[in-house]
Amino acid sequence: MSATVPDTAPASPDEETHERRFPTAPLFLSAPAALLFAALVLIPLFLTALLSFNQFDYATGRTSGFTLEHYLSVLTDEYYLEIFLRTFRISALATAICVVIGVPEAYILSRMSNPWRSIFLLVILAPLLVSVVVRAFGWSMLLGPEGPVNAALMAFGIGRMRLLYTEGTVIVALVHVMLPFMVIPVWTSLQKLDPAVEQAALSFGASRGTAIVRVVAPQILPGILSGSLIVFGLSASAFAIPGLLGGRRLKMVATVVYDQYLSDLNWPMGAAVAALLLIANLIVMLTYHRLVEGHYRRRLG
Amino acid sequence: MSFLELKNITKRYGPLTAVGDVSLSVEKGEFVSLLGPSGCGKTTTLQMIAGFVEPSAGTIRLDGRDITRAKANSRGLGIVFQSYALFPHMTVFDNVSFGLEMQRVPKGERKPRVEEALSLVHLSPYAKRYPRELSGGQRQRVALARALVIRPPVLLLDEPLSNLDAKLREAMQFELREIQRKVGTTTVMVTHDQAEAFSISDRVVVMEAGRITQIDQPYRIYEHPETEFISRFVGKTNLLPGKVVTATGAGATVSLAGIAVPVEAAGLSVGETVTLCIRPEKLHLTVPADGLLTGRVADRFFLGSQWLYHIDGPLGTLMVVTANDGSTPAEPGATVGLEWSPSVVRVHRGAMAEAPDVALEVTG
Ligand SMILES: Nc1ncnc2c1ncn2[C@@H]1O[C@H](COP(=O)(O)OP(=O)(O)O)[C@@H](O)[C@H]1O
Ligand SMILES: [Mg+2]
Repeated sequence: MSATVPDTAPASPDEETHERRFPTAPLFLSAPAALLFAALVLIPLFLTALLSFNQFDYATGRTSGFTLEHYLSVLTDEYYLEIFLRTFRISALATAICVVIGVPEAYILSRMSNPWRSIFLLVILAPLLVSVVVRAFGWSMLLGPEGPVNAALMAFGIGRMRLLYTEGTVIVALVHVMLPFMVIPVWTSLQKLDPAVEQAALSFGASRGTAIVRVVAPQILPGILSGSLIVFGLSASAFAIPGLLGGRRLKMVATVVYDQYLSDLNWPMGAAVAALLLIANLIVMLTYHRLVEGHYRRRLG
Repeated sequence: MSFLELKNITKRYGPLTAVGDVSLSVEKGEFVSLLGPSGCGKTTTLQMIAGFVEPSAGTIRLDGRDITRAKANSRGLGIVFQSYALFPHMTVFDNVSFGLEMQRVPKGERKPRVEEALSLVHLSPYAKRYPRELSGGQRQRVALARALVIRPPVLLLDEPLSNLDAKLREAMQFELREIQRKVGTTTVMVTHDQAEAFSISDRVVVMEAGRITQIDQPYRIYEHPETEFISRFVGKTNLLPGKVVTATGAGATVSLAGIAVPVEAAGLSVGETVTLCIRPEKLHLTVPADGLLTGRVADRFFLGSQWLYHIDGPLGTLMVVTANDGSTPAEPGATVGLEWSPSVVRVHRGAMAEAPDVALEVTG
């Protein structure tokens, strides 16, 4: 095979000589990262996708052949549909609460002066150092029938309440775990903000609130957007929190996948649910990204 | 009574006095510049007028009203920030319109006023662009239009031209002054560039380490700098240490390394140590016999409209600037005479400071 000369003119003479001398350099240089990505992400994903099309025999537990039956049964079964809906409802709520709490938190953080700023940044990041499982256990002890919260409710004469194994608890715990993932991107985009821009708004007579809404918020929207995507994605595929705080009844998609793999041993079904979660997640996130970012691309570049 | 009045304004940051005891009166319609080296407290002063920094002491009055503790968003001043601080997510039109919106100007009235402001700065065709789609000079003009559209009593400019390249900066200097004349807004500008301050201000306020050292018209500051620091900071100067040998009423004779030089300065006493300042363009090259002293051309630099010579002589190396009038310049190595008129020599009492930054500490 003979090499063909590219018919489009290179952008600059400099690039031209580079391309002539090392035509394969970009490939070589990106190869390690590409291989790692393929080995760790694409191959397992591909195998999971393959698995989801296999037939499953309950008697022998063997998998073989090709079928769409798992997808069909997930998509038509009310049980699964409800779990998917619940997962996205919980994730959306957790994301919304993270925005409501995390954005002001990041703003206040960025307005602090230095010793305090470092201390509070550490306070916000510290939970990341503790395993999610440990934190979930913490919540279950706190909210359990014999936990301090119920003890306090009893003391005030309100009476014991069932706090564990409710959607509310799962959302609260998710917000707790996900908050740093909202605060950090928002904080980063606040760092890039010229403080004079807010001062400018004030100098033209804007109140502090108006300045934040009209001038600061639109500029940190990209940060809020990426924070939301991270929080939503992680929440929708969260496993430990719903597993430990949602109990047997209140399942989310990731816990169902786990059950299919390890309790029912129906691996193809688990794989199909996982694949559908991935697709649904992608659709939700891309739509959101389109809606918000498309609106602001020209302005903020 | 003056329109904008700062009285004994002081700002301390812990042990550091960023601005110390600054008093300044600005008349209505006047263009005043705060000039000084970086870190001397110019921005801090401006921010106290704007209301972003609260003075530790002193009062600020605007049109007779005490605004020292008034909130920034209640002062109604027009501010152009050094970084321009345009709203990046708004079009040029919306940027300019923002201040009017905050003043609750009805929508129908806003549009003509924004258009008027944009045409004042020659940006009418760019109303629909976003700031990042504009050049530096255009952004600067949006910032100016945005500040002027609200018809502020005072316009505050913080190094408005420092982010522009030399050519554009010069053009904008004149444009800025022209616009200011047209709208007649009282203006306070901060700059570290003496050429900028001189070319467009009615009066220049020289600041040094947080204090005002001279307030005067631009040419007076150049010709009659009150401190040695100012004569060094403002343009080039030759500083010569000497001793007073005779003093007669309005004049005196100063001995510079044994050479007697007449000066016009009252109140000197015999034996006093003084420093003479002579601007390089006030020295004239002559044939050796005609000069007050002679020297050798050590070096010469071509500056386009001028020649800059370094002349080695009995007083050390002196700078001399002559106009490039087309005549043949002196050759390096040639012996020349130097002469000057006694009236161009400025006398500062006391010994010469070693370096400009030392002067800054001594006088500050
Ligand atoms: N917020 C602040 N905290 C502490 N020091 C400050 C603050 N703002 C300014 N300064 C100090 O005050 C002095 C004057 O600063 P500034 O007014 O910005 O100078 P200029 O504008 O003349 O360059 C500087 O030494 C600067 O470090
Ligand atoms: Mg400054």
